[in-house]
Amino acid sequence: MSDIYDVIIIGGGPAGLAAGLYASRSRLKTLILEKEKMGGQIVTTDEVANYPGSIENASGPSLIKRMVEQAEEFGAEIKLDEIKEVDFEGKIKVLKGSKGEYKAKSVIIATGAQPRKIGCPGEAEFTGRGVSYCATCDAAFFEDMEVFVVGGGDTAVEEGMYLTKFARKVTIIHRRDELRAAKSIQEKAFANEKMHFMWDSVVKEIKGDGIVESMVVENVKTGELTEIVADEEDGTFGIFVFIGFLPNTQLFEGIIDMENGYIVTDQDMKTNIPGVFAAGDVRAKSLRQVVTATGDGAIAAIQAEKYIEENFEE
Amino acid sequence: MIELNKENFEEEVLKAEGPVLVDYWGPTCEPCKALMPHIHELAEKYGDKVKFASLDITKARRLAIKQKVLGLPAIIMYKDGEEVERLAESEATAEAVEEMVKKYI
Repeated sequence: MSDIYDVIIIGGGPAGLAAGLYASRSRLKTLILEKEKMGGQIVTTDEVANYPGSIENASGPSLIKRMVEQAEEFGAEIKLDEIKEVDFEGKIKVLKGSKGEYKAKSVIIATGAQPRKIGCPGEAEFTGRGVSYCATCDAAFFEDMEVFVVGGGDTAVEEGMYLTKFARKVTIIHRRDELRAAKSIQEKAFANEKMHFMWDSVVKEIKGDGIVESMVVENVKTGELTEIVADEEDGTFGIFVFIGFLPNTQLFEGIIDMENGYIVTDQDMKTNIPGVFAAGDVRAKSLRQVVTATGDGAIAAIQAEKYIEENFEE
Repeated sequence: MIELNKENFEEEVLKAEGPVLVDYWGPTCEPCKALMPHIHELAEKYGDKVKFASLDITKARRLAIKQKVLGLPAIIMYKDGEEVERLAESEATAEAVEEMVKKYI
């Protein structure tokens, strides 16, 4: 039974790393599987100001680096592999990845979510050519240029503020007539003279020749269409999209109970399958933040330990 | 891997014969930094058949934009100085890059 893990955690973001820390600290044989890069969405964030105890100027990457070190210190094993198929039917759960097969007594799903797309013509074609979902990755291209940020939540406004450090003008395009972002963030945004706002507006089409050159925006109240064309000298502008997230749950469709694509759990992070837990942004819940993700991860790990004690004899 | 800049880009990429892979990256782009070691591995593995190069866009922003790169990471394959294939942002995974490289060897 030596090749069978007590817990396998799918996903190396804050939820998965917290689960890994708690599980390995409880002396469970723990494996964290991450498909691409450790950290999840938080690594694209320049500033993590709302995680309790995070030091001044803590960035997403620096916080994740410490979380990884901490989990490894307690003995959690980390592997980079993408899981393609899961079999949760037996008492021992089987996960098939592109590099190998993994077995465990319990599984914690912490696959997170990814940015939601606008879904308009031109968006896919111009991704990486002016359309971006990562301000820290792409802000440098737009130094002294114009950028537009689509969305009105915390992320949209905060990333818009970050972009003002590079761009000469940042315009938030929001479908409603007021922001959804926290009041403290809004106040800062309204006080920043580089920030501008287009209310009641949605992007209908993105156009250009190899890079973004113009876009069509619709006023949802009047139906009026406006074409925004790049400044002649700049030749282009940026469109940064922050309109929420889509959970990474395709792998579990028809296997685990979901609600709008998010995995349903009870308050102990238990899914409808015994021994399978979910934690973090992938779970149906009201607040998706690092602080709630790590809380979920800790609970899931402790519940996995309890499940193993009750269901497996040593 | 060759480090590209404004001075050598034309010579090393646009005037080069055969396949050249350019890894466009930036120091604040975490996905780029996560991908970089994999590109180095591929350079070890296929470096005799494909030229591997990287460009820090913060040092050559206009040049990158001229190549129609406005987002990172961007992995572009050039052949005889012409762009033939590109993997942008979330498409640019280690696996996808290797698949692309194999097509041009």
